[in-house]
Amino acid sequence: MKRIYVKEQWCLGCHLCEYECAYANSGIADMARALKGKAIYPRVRVEDAGEVHFAVNCRHCTDPVCVQSCISGALTKGEDGIVRIVKQKCVGCLTCVLVCPYGAVLPSPEGHAAMKCQLCTDNRMGEPNCVKHCPNGAIVYEEREAMQ
Amino acid sequence: MKNYPYVILGGSIAAVAAIEGIRSEDRKGGILVVSEEPCKAYGRPLISYYLLGETDLPRMDYRPEAFYEENHVMLRLGVRAESIDPEEKTVTLSDGEKLGYEKLLVATGSRPFDPPMEGIEHVEERFHFMTKADALALDKALSPEKKVLIVGAGLIGLKCFEGIAARVKSARIVDMADRILPAILDETGAKMVQSALEARGAEFFLSDSVLRFEGNTAHLKSGKTVEFDLLVIAVGVRPNTELIKEAGGTVRRGIAVDECGKTSLPDIFAAGDCAESFDIASGTSKVLALLPNAAFQGRAAGGNMAGGKANLDNAVTFNSIGFFGTHVMTAGVYEGELYCERTERTYKALFTKDGLLKGFILINLPERAGIYLKLLKERIPLSAVDFEALKTSPAWSAFSPEARADNFAREV
Ligand SMILES: Cc1cc2nc3c(=O)[nH]c(=O)nc-3n(C[C@H](O)[C@H](O)[C@H](O)COP(=O)(O)OP(=O)(O)OC[C@H]3O[C@@H](n4cnc5c(N)ncnc54)[C@H](O)[C@@H]3O)c2cc1C
Ligand code: SF4
Ligand code: SF4
Repeated sequence: MKRIYVKEQWCLGCHLCEYECAYANSGIADMARALKGKAIYPRVRVEDAGEVHFAVNCRHCTDPVCVQSCISGALTKGEDGIVRIVKQKCVGCLTCVLVCPYGAVLPSPEGHAAMKCQLCTDNRMGEPNCVKHCPNGAIVYEEREAMQ
Repeated sequence: MKNYPYVILGGSIAAVAAIEGIRSEDRKGGILVVSEEPCKAYGRPLISYYLLGETDLPRMDYRPEAFYEENHVMLRLGVRAESIDPEEKTVTLSDGEKLGYEKLLVATGSRPFDPPMEGIEHVEERFHFMTKADALALDKALSPEKKVLIVGAGLIGLKCFEGIAARVKSARIVDMADRILPAILDETGAKMVQSALEARGAEFFLSDSVLRFEGNTAHLKSGKTVEFDLLVIAVGVRPNTELIKEAGGTVRRGIAVDECGKTSLPDIFAAGDCAESFDIASGTSKVLALLPNAAFQGRAAGGNMAGGKANLDNAVTFNSIGFFGTHVMTAGVYEGELYCERTERTYKALFTKDGLLKGFILINLPERAGIYLKLLKERIPLSAVDFEALKTSPAWSAFSPEARADNFAREV
């Protein structure tokens, strides 16, 4: 399946992808209205450590430990390979947050639920908005092989 | 007599994971699930959320409606497996039917343990808190005039308190241990969670126990007495191992299994709360009694029953649980050197030994906790990462560029 990959050496650490993610998932068409003056809760997070910057989001693991660990069956891996969360079923125990080795499931700001990247299939963007707007091509959306 | 390629005894978390495991190797072979509980699998930990009104029966289903049909699973619900004959390769059920298996999985979980307490049989409104049926019965019995006594301040007793706190007059909780959640928290952590629970009306009697009941009065060891209307017993659980034991298989505290999930009996596997796991943090085999572990074991055992080669030799205890918005994450063992951070609302304790992360406690610090669990579970030498940076905040920038490339530039 197509997944998001990061090119660490190209990342400027501008955090634009975080804003684009928050915008894409806000459900509001006007970007200024969606973001201005608000705390944002993006599902992609940029790490900064000195000269090194890179974005982290869900890897849509082949054998996702979050799906196996969910206490309510709220996490699923679809035929399309996308790992999704059924919000209505989630009770917010955060077991998935504890098991994801990437730190890619986040507690939702309103509590009672977790949130994660669903490759923008759950909003009107249809394809990853972070990738589309990265000014330096540091996040890409493509097919790659597992390297064994 | 009917014969099935796969028979699973118990129909809960480990059983569902085993169905998925079997189907990852074998699309066709018929699977029969025998479950004493008269319903399809549900998220067992959700019963407290049900009482809280944060979920409902349909949403508690562990898998979608179509799951069993799509996976060609036959269900015998409300029927108990009474015995296994490992030579004949048959199981006898409570309705008298005998059926044959090629591969058998015992996924019978655990049951509540009742410590001896004199006079308990005369307590009328007496509950356990393990099943959907228990939750539905409690739901009916709760009312704003009632005083509740919960015996046991472990995970199940306290989750029960969370579920009922707003719906009863008062709730008192007795435990023999000197702190709440003794199995997963140290003193500092336990105190923090205790205050959060007390703020919601919990009254604790610690280092104490019920000696006897006299009608609806509990006489405690300390000499105190507690009046109540409704009693919940949540002292602990015991693995359901009898089927294997009586069939001649090796049973210690739980059913002994190898890293493939096999018991000592041919073609019989076991998974979940009835079975032991090899816990890497303590280096011993033990019953972990946690949902993710039941899923991992069930998945591996199911795959192996169908000819796969899954290996499970890296179990760890870990737990994420919340009480009224106070989030507690714990893992591993609390041995070795301690790194500690504490604020009024948060607590972080990291335990390191022999250059490895051995255990941790995180209260109200959920963000990216999985990075700590990865260090622990994969036994990553702390010399290979920037542990000084990781102590304060879990992040991938503390890993080597090679490790990052391995994880972020390829499929995982
Ligand atoms: C209130 C509560 C809260 C919990 N919270 C958490 C939590 O937050 N996180 C966590 O990790 N874990 C939690 N747990 C533990 C978790 O629910 C268990 O680890 C998990 O359910 C184990 O799954 P299992 O399939 O091994 O067994 P079980 O879920 O115990 O299921 C076993 C099934 O087998 C059936 N059975 C038994 N004997 C027979 C027989 N002879 N024939 C046929 N059927 C039989 C039983 O009726 C039962 O339905 C909680 C448990 C409870 C009760
Ligand atoms: S949330 Fe984490 S564990 Fe789950 S699929 Fe994404 S990266 Fe993998
Ligand atoms: S927080 Fe929600 S999605 Fe995550 S494990 Fe708990 S119930 Fe499942």
